[in-house]
Amino acid sequence: MNFYAVMAIYKFEMARMWRTLFQSIASPIISTSLYFVVFGTAIGSRIGDIGGVTYGAFIVPGLVMLTLMSESISNASYGIYMPRFAGTIYELLSAPVSSMEAILGYVGAAASKSVILGALILVTARVFVPYNIQHPLWMVGFLMLTAVTFSMFGFIIGIWADGFEKLQVVPLMIVTPLTFLGGSFYSIHMLPPFWQKVTLFNPVVYLISGFRWSFYGVSDVDVRISLGMTLVFLTVCIVLVWWIFRTGHKIKN
Amino acid sequence: MDAIISVKNLSKTYASGQHALKNVSLDIRRGEIFALLGPNGAGKTTLISIICGIVNPGSGIVLADGHDIITEYRKTRSIIGLVPQELTTDVFESVGATMSFSRGLFGKPPDDAYIEKVLRDLSLWDRKDTKIITLSGGMKRRVLIAKALAHEPRILFLDEPTAGVDVELRRDMWNMVRGLRESGVTIILTTHYIEEAEQIADRIGIINHGEIILVEDKHTLKRKLGRRQLKLTLRNPISRIPEGFSEFKLELTPDGMTLVFDFDANAGETGIAGLLKRLDERGVDFSDVNSSESSLEEIFVNLVRNGN
Ligand SMILES: Nc1ncnc2c1ncn2[C@@H]1O[C@H](COP(=O)(O)OP(=O)(O)OP(=O)(O)O)[C@@H](O)[C@H]1O
Ligand SMILES: [Mg+2]
Repeated sequence: MNFYAVMAIYKFEMARMWRTLFQSIASPIISTSLYFVVFGTAIGSRIGDIGGVTYGAFIVPGLVMLTLMSESISNASYGIYMPRFAGTIYELLSAPVSSMEAILGYVGAAASKSVILGALILVTARVFVPYNIQHPLWMVGFLMLTAVTFSMFGFIIGIWADGFEKLQVVPLMIVTPLTFLGGSFYSIHMLPPFWQKVTLFNPVVYLISGFRWSFYGVSDVDVRISLGMTLVFLTVCIVLVWWIFRTGHKIKN
Repeated sequence: MDAIISVKNLSKTYASGQHALKNVSLDIRRGEIFALLGPNGAGKTTLISIICGIVNPGSGIVLADGHDIITEYRKTRSIIGLVPQELTTDVFESVGATMSFSRGLFGKPPDDAYIEKVLRDLSLWDRKDTKIITLSGGMKRRVLIAKALAHEPRILFLDEPTAGVDVELRRDMWNMVRGLRESGVTIILTTHYIEEAEQIADRIGIINHGEIILVEDKHTLKRKLGRRQLKLTLRNPISRIPEGFSEFKLELTPDGMTLVFDFDANAGETGIAGLLKRLDERGVDFSDVNSSESSLEEIFVNLVRNGN
């Protein structure tokens, strides 16, 4: 195990965040605050409680997840795409670093950043709405699992993309709609029966539902199913990454 | 021969169908400076990239210090350093940070004293906190060299190190290369320029169209460089070389106007003085003398042209 290499990659990637501290941290916080002002306060005051939880509090877990997913993907995909684009990846390829170690460094750093952000958003949310966390361990568990899974997913996108458009198209065209339709702002029980069934094909529903359960003990789907689906998604990502490195797909000529 | 790098029957075809290397076999000796010479597109970078692990080999075997570059990549890569042809550096990182990154990536524990030494040797120490993006091209090349040396490699590849480099940096670089060789590092560099190879290398390999067409000790090549010709333009044409010149390697051009004398410029006694004396004695009058040398450049150009 090349421990120094993992640390070097991790530090390098984290340094990227410190360099763009304002952009990395301020923008998610500002946008989350806006969501709270608009949805939580302005609109939420006209929507009744959902499952005994005020609307403002109800959207907290969903908003955290929203940021967690999109930031994980964008951090991890840029992290590996930029060296490919700039050509600096030659160094990684010529170093005694296994694919496992590279993933640990890149995905580890991207996931760490998102977890830090998630925590910051939770703190910000506290300013706007009082909420409590019934199952803090589960909450942390879901937070980390989601961060790792989506960072892994972002890493795959960063390797697959051969242009900046492709880098943005997956998050924009697939992930954003799925997260918005995944129950961040509503309970799927509020949907017509037909759409309730359709929405179950959206993996994000399980993540948000499970995460929300760790806060309020209420959920759209059983928490065990949520956990299972999250693990399935993680496994799919791991297998994909394994295949990419196994075949050297798109990384080496 | 103690080969630190051994390439056996290496071939490479890119996905584009470009046959970049054709059955290349090459041994690099431990501790030597080897210059790989060849025109654009000859396959120099491809060969280096395969040895360093950046490009997948097609078929063939490469051993570095006795270890297979694929199955024992950790061992081989940790002793190899590479300065790439293109100036590909990080942008916002500082010089010191990027070097520490390289060292870590290659599995070495931090060593500030060593990093300081390398940066000082490359006149980069006062720039260690400078962002790379603000450096000039030559400075960036120094940074790439520093990165390649960060993990104290035993084998150093320099892919066209002098492209876009001024006289001063070139001199510094050659001094550094000689210093590294002194400390036991094997150096392989590529270049388009024969004089450069001649100046610095112990051995020279010429590659063209993905094939190694010559590997020669520099001094052997120098002897070829030493082949010189003296051309004597005669006042009056003659039909054949006169008697009494048998000890000189003389040729007469078909028009009978020019005598061509081959001599070895490296030999203590070139024979020119003797020839001129003899010509005078035999009353062969000449109106002009000029000497030309078959330079390495010429040898190289001829070799490469014949390959086409
Ligand atoms: N990634 C690639 N995909 C397809 N073909 C490639 C690739 N890289 C190099 N080639 C081709 O392989 C051949 C050898 O290229 P290479 O870069 O090894 O040459 P070189 O000797 O380093 O040339 P130069 O002196 O210009 O740097 C060229 O014909 C080049 O076009
Ligand atoms: Mg090249």
